[in-house]
Parts: sequence; structure tokens; C-alpha cells
Amino acid sequence: MSWLLVLPLLIPLTTGILCLVLPGRTAQRVLGLAGALGLLAAGLALLAQVQRQGIQAVQIGNWPAPFGITFVADHLSALMVLVTGVVAVAVALFALAENDQAREGLGYYALGHLLLFGVNGAFLTGDLFNLYVWFEVLLLSSFVLMILGGSKAQLAGGVKYFAVSLLSSILFLVAVGLLYGATGALNMADLALRVERVHPGLLTALSMLFLVAFGLKAAVFPFFFWLPASYPAPPAMISALFAGLLTKVGVYALIRVFTLLFTHDTGFTHSLILWVAGFTLLLGVLMALAQGELRRLLSFQLVSHIGYMLMGLGILTPLALAGSVFYALNHMIVIAALFLLAGLLQRMQGTTVLVRMGGLYGPYPWLAVLFLLPAFSLAGLPPFSGFWAKYTLVAAGLQAGQYGIVAVALLVGLLTLLSMGLVFAEVFWKKAPGEVRAAPGGLGGLALPVGLLAVLTLGIGLWAEPLLSLSQAAARELLEPSGYIQAVLGVSR
Amino acid sequence: MNTLILKTTSRFLFTLLLLLSVFLLLRGHNEPGGGFIGALVAVGAYALFALAHGLSAARKLLPLPPLRLVGWGLLVALLSALPALLLGQPLMTGQWFSLLGVKVGTPVIFDIGVYLTVFGALLAAIFGLEEAAHHPSEGA
Amino acid sequence: MEILLSFLVGALMAVGVYLMLRPHLIQFLIGFLVLGNAANLLIFTAGRLGSQFPPLVQPDGAVLEPYANPLPQALILTAIVIGFGLAAFGIVLFYRAQQALGTLNAEAILEAPEPAPAPSPVDEVREEVAQ
Repeated sequence: MSWLLVLPLLIPLTTGILCLVLPGRTAQRVLGLAGALGLLAAGLALLAQVQRQGIQAVQIGNWPAPFGITFVADHLSALMVLVTGVVAVAVALFALAENDQAREGLGYYALGHLLLFGVNGAFLTGDLFNLYVWFEVLLLSSFVLMILGGSKAQLAGGVKYFAVSLLSSILFLVAVGLLYGATGALNMADLALRVERVHPGLLTALSMLFLVAFGLKAAVFPFFFWLPASYPAPPAMISALFAGLLTKVGVYALIRVFTLLFTHDTGFTHSLILWVAGFTLLLGVLMALAQGELRRLLSFQLVSHIGYMLMGLGILTPLALAGSVFYALNHMIVIAALFLLAGLLQRMQGTTVLVRMGGLYGPYPWLAVLFLLPAFSLAGLPPFSGFWAKYTLVAAGLQAGQYGIVAVALLVGLLTLLSMGLVFAEVFWKKAPGEVRAAPGGLGGLALPVGLLAVLTLGIGLWAEPLLSLSQAAARELLEPSGYIQAVLGVSR
Repeated sequence: MNTLILKTTSRFLFTLLLLLSVFLLLRGHNEPGGGFIGALVAVGAYALFALAHGLSAARKLLPLPPLRLVGWGLLVALLSALPALLLGQPLMTGQWFSLLGVKVGTPVIFDIGVYLTVFGALLAAIFGLEEAAHHPSEGA
Repeated sequence: MEILLSFLVGALMAVGVYLMLRPHLIQFLIGFLVLGNAANLLIFTAGRLGSQFPPLVQPDGAVLEPYANPLPQALILTAIVIGFGLAAFGIVLFYRAQQALGTLNAEAILEAPEPAPAPSPVDEVREEVAQ
């Protein structure tokens, strides 16, 4: 059954290649949606498989680990792949309705699916150097997507994004090289066995290199400055894909290495992560409150909420890690919905500058509901998925006696609500400064994916048990890596 | 460059270089060579031809636009990875069989995919640069 | 030999970081190339030196000892190709940025108006198509 594990890679790759080969616009649009749906189905199948039979591993080309290329799917990887599929379907639906012929002609669908290929590869790989390669696959696709169309704002944002990504790539490469020099291994399961023999001080120094390299990708304090400068530039069908997926790859990598490899001195490393989480949370939301442009505001919210995922990693108890995983999954859905909605509003009002928007509540009350569902979920109000994610993290924090970060987390939840309330007042309640006009081409198609994601976050909130227990299974596997090592190498620690 | 010598020799060299590139591609099986290096030689052949006869003449000798070739190359490489799945083995496990007494396998097909991909990508870059040099306003 | 190369890696890193901190984007790109080479050299050194023979098996099955560690070579080859791709993309990106923004000074780009929702040429094309 090894093919289930590679399906989330093969489907986007095949779709991307076919989009390159088939020039017809209709063919590309059909493929774009079909590939995303296929990815979603593959994600479901993979999760079911992991749930039934435990951690899955496959050695590509049948070269045995630790020499060959290994792909591993534990609960964390499978869940991430599944939600990637969800975001992909929503974005594909939005792109179909957006009908951006110029960007479609430039290869939007091919690049989008190659991006998904890279993201899934990063989630599933069991090898640190391969992780670097997958990062580059998704980065190169994202670079081109970022500047696709070549508007001035996109180029200015693209330059910043490109520069920071280069720096983090080099740091990652250096960190991988040094870790290889210290251990002689690159397979993550093999590394987990060998790091014990490395001098703890050296290991801590290496872990800091990884923290910086992945922190740049995940946009955590103090490395988040690039994200709000670049993410608002491309159109919504691209920025939602970035916001939903790319930072989460960084978070995933952090969770992976700081549970599997660098657990020798949690007093230092994980306390540091906790501090990083606190500052990310606080600064992100405060900056968001100061923004006057919707997509920049959402970008800062995105940064701020990365802090929650790090908070669980910093506390490092089973419940806290489960909260982190749950939060990451929930956040992918919610933030993608909000970025897509921002694109929809841009289409309707011709701007996303808050003072120039307004007056949408009267003619489009359902649109207000569509905004409030993910916004409340982001702020962590019951009964949305964000509430359970935050609740789990806060409960874990209280259990572990980390009252400081819990206070920050609760305060940031409140400030997020304030920030979302301000947006609601500006966009929906305030009198329109100009004339309210309908988006050209109708709203239904654009609103559909936002609605689906909003319903999903409500659904997860009302029926949180399955996802929560899956997150807990993921956390158990992360804290007890012997199962992972056994699945890859066939030996136990 | 509009010299008679280059125009005449480039025709011979073009064929010769293409033959060499195919030779390198197939030789890469067990000895130094392979799809990447073979494609570089083929790109050299086309670049030489474009230099002597102009860009449009070189384009006419291509069956497909260069970027489309990239797509096909990737597709071929992808297809070479799949037979293993049908046989219940991990992705990309090499499959070997004998064809008219010659041992061939999926790695060769993969190499052909690499050949097409590198060929298409580099040719697109070279043609793009050449065009940008003639029409600087349009950009790379 | 490893120690000597370590110092070389350190020197290249310093040069690369210095160049990346310069305001001009072309200097930044050259800095990236230097830094990339430093990283490659670092991986090479991390794989240990002192070997004299290629890691190939002779036709008679014999292996020449001490053979070079093949893994760093594979890693570096991959990293070089990726670095080449990134650099190629960067050159084109900066070229286009120079054309569109009129400058390659990073500080000037930073001070450029925030990614405003100004319609891009593509958006205008789209509106024409929609009409």
C-alpha cells in the first residue's frame, strides 16, 4: 500500500505537468480543480491509512533507509496534507470564479500545483536534506506566483520575499551541513538515534540555526517583517494559498525537528521558543491593530497566530502539542478564508484600504456573516474551531504552570477580536464613502469557497472531537519518536 | 553573424552535435554521460544553428516550443517512476527488461525525461535572451 | 586540511554576509552566490577530507581505499543546481524590478509606496476582457 503515501505528491505533480503540456485554457481550469479535489481525496485516504495501520514509511526506489530517500506519514504529516487539500480546493474554486485570464495564461495552475507538490513533499519527507530540496521546490514556485502578472506592487513585494527566502535557504543549508558533519546522517529517524552522541552544546547551537532558518520561513518574531511586506501584493487566489500553506510548512518543520532531534535541553531551547511565541503573538496583533489596509492587517494577524502554534511546541506536553497541531490545521482553513474574502471585497469595492470601504451590511448581509464566521474563529470564540484550538493550548499552559504565556494568549485573543471588530465596523457597518457596486461577474462563485471554509470551521467547532483526537494522536507520536524511528529504519531505539 | 563558413559548417555540426548528444544520453547508462550532459550538447547545437541562421530558423527545427518540451520531459520522467507502483513496489524502483538483447530499464526513460526537460528549459532561456538582445524594450 | 577549509568557509561567509547587507540588489545577489559557495564548501568539509580515490567499484569488484565520501558530493551537486536556479531567477526578477520600479537600491524599494491596491497592467487587461 505504499502508493497511498506518494499519491499526495504524484497528484499535484501530474496536474502541474499536464497544465504545462496542455495549452488549452479550459483544460487547465478543469485540471486545476480536478487536481485539487484529487489531492483532497488522497489526503483523506492517507489519513485513514495512518489511522488504521500506524505510521507509514516508503523507501523511494527501494533503496533502504538511511541511504535512500524516505517518505514518512505519521498523523501530523497526514493531517497537514489533508488540510492542504482543503485549502487547495477552496483556492481552485476561487480561481475558477476569479477568471483571471492573463495570469491563467502565464501558467497559474501549473505553478499552483507545483507549489502544492513542494508543500506536500515537505510534509511527507523523512530526510533533512530532502526537506531542503522540497523547500526550494515550493519556494521557486512561490517566487514565480508572487510576481505573476508583474505589477509594480508584486515586484516590490517579490524582491523582499525573494531576498529573505534566499537568506533562510542558505541558513538551512548550512545547518544541514553542520548537522551532517556532527552526526554523519541526514535521514531524520537515523539522526534522532545519533544526536545523543553529539555534544549537547554543539547540538544547542545547531538547533538555534534551525530555529532561525525555519523561523524565517514561518515568520515568527523577530523575523516576520518580510511577510506583511510581500503577502498583500499578489491577488487573493495566490496570497490565500501562501497564507494558508507556506508559513505552516515552516511551523511543521519547527515542530518536527524540535520534537524529533532537539529535545536534549528543553529548558533552554523550548523556553526560548516560548518567548518567541509570546513576542510573535503580541507584536503581530498590535501591528495588525495599527493597519489601515485589510490585506496587510490580515498578514499581521497571520504572523500573530503563528505564535499560538509555537506556544504548544514550547510547552511540550502532549496536550500542548495537540493544541499546536489543532491550531495549525484550524488556522490554515481560517486564514485562507479571510484572504479569499479580502480578494472578494477588493473585487467589490475596488480597494482594500479600510477608510475607503464600507456600507456592505445593508445590501449584502450574508457577506457580513461570511466574514464573521472565520473572524470569530480566528479570535477564538465558541463554537468555532479556533475556540477549541485556543482552549486546548490554554488548558495545556495552565497544566504546565506557564501562566505568562497563557495570559499573553488570552490577551491576544481579545485583541484579535477587537481587530476583527474594527474591520467589521469599517467594511460593513460604516456608511459607504462612495457608491456600493456589485463585483463584475457576480459574487456567487467567489463567495462559494469562502463559504465552504467558513462552514468547515463552524463544523469542526461543533464537532471537534474527531480532529482533536487525531491531533492528540499526532502529539503522542511526536513525543514518543520510537514509533517513527521503527517505521523508517525497522529498529527501535 | 553572417559568414558563409559558419553557415555551411553549422549545418554539419548541428547534425553531428545532435548525434553526439544522443550518444551521451545512452552512454550515461553505465558510464559518464547522461541526460543532463546530453541535453547541454543538444542546446549547444541549437544555439550554434541560431547564431548562424537566425532565431526563427532554429525555432523551425523544433517540434514543439521549448517550454512545452519541458512539460513533456517532466511527463516522461514521471511516467518512468510509475511502473514500480503497478508492480507493488515503492515509487521509482528501477524496472529492467531486455529489448532485442539490450538491457533497458526505467532509469533510461527517466534520463530521456531529464534530457527533454533540460533541453527545453535551457533553450527557452537562450532564445529568450537572444530575443531580449534584439528587442530590449520587451524584457527577458 | 579541514581547519584550513573551515577558515576559508568563514571568510567566504563574512564576504557573503557583507555583500548581502549592501543596499544594492546586485551586490546582494553576488553575496548570495558567495554565501552559497561557502555553504557548499562547508558541506564538503563536513563530509571529511583526506580521501584519494573516486567512490567507484572497479570492474573486478574491488574498491579503492580510502575512497571519497560520495554523499557530500551529491548534496553539493543538488545545492549547486538549486543555487543556480535561484540566482537565474533572481537576475531576471531584479531586471524586471529595475524596469518597473526604476531602482535597484533596496532602501529605495523599501520606501516605495506600500503594495497599494493599484491595478496592475494585468488587471487592466482583465477588465478589458470582462467588458
